[in-house]
Amino acid sequence: MQKIFYIHVPLAIVSLGGFIFGGLMAIGYLRTGDRAWDMRSYVAIHMALIFGIGGLVTGSIWAKASWGHWWVWSEPTLVSFLIVILLFATYQPLRFSIEDPERQARYASVFAVVAGAFVPLNYLAVSLATAYVHPRVLTLTSANLPPSMGLVFVVSLAGIALLYVTLWKYEMAAKNARSQVRRLRRTLLGEDTVRPAGRSAAPS
Amino acid sequence: MSLVFAIAPALPLGKSGKFVAAAYIVFVLLILVYVAIMAVRAQRLERELQELRRDVEAARAAQDADDRRTEAVL
Repeated sequence: MQKIFYIHVPLAIVSLGGFIFGGLMAIGYLRTGDRAWDMRSYVAIHMALIFGIGGLVTGSIWAKASWGHWWVWSEPTLVSFLIVILLFATYQPLRFSIEDPERQARYASVFAVVAGAFVPLNYLAVSLATAYVHPRVLTLTSANLPPSMGLVFVVSLAGIALLYVTLWKYEMAAKNARSQVRRLRRTLLGEDTVRPAGRSAAPS
Repeated sequence: MSLVFAIAPALPLGKSGKFVAAAYIVFVLLILVYVAIMAVRAQRLERELQELRRDVEAARAAQDADDRRTEAVL
């Protein structure tokens, strides 16, 4: 059963780290006004959300196998993680609801910073909670893992973190290439040859 | 493949083994779906690039024809 641990926990940790990373990138946008930072923040949060959903589903499977329930509402770790996921699930609708690209980037960055700051605070609050059934292998002060599991866990965590970074770079490259093609078309053939992008949650 | 099966232990598909397999299948599926979406986007980008190249070549050809006509008139 512990084999699920090697995928569920790294997915959850990398996802939470990704949300914080998105908040840090958003600070970059608010400081400089450079749209590249907004793009970085958007992709970081987008990827973290996918990893978070992976963490939720694998955690639910683990819960069913260990506790006999797909979900335990009285468990603070599960519910707090769901709250974080739901909070960041509103990020894209927020972006989509704002048409003006400048305002969209600014409001989304403020959201990303505030929600990103909520992640460690939420973790701290859950760590201080006394009643839980969720296994507590990583606390604020130590890691309660036997050495044989610890090494595999560290390798899994590094692997999932590298996967996150790779997919983040991959999506950044794809988005940058698309925007450069549009810019090139505009430069070479004139403004009217570029189809209007339409309203989008993604930075243009 | 038979060598792999010979040296690999049997999959522990007991009661909990099925849950472990399900969790890893979910993870692999998630990655596969993401990569498939990115592949579709990459194809779209490739099409846009081809379209751009065709449009630029057409615009250049039209410009050359205009230049030749102007030279002929002069």
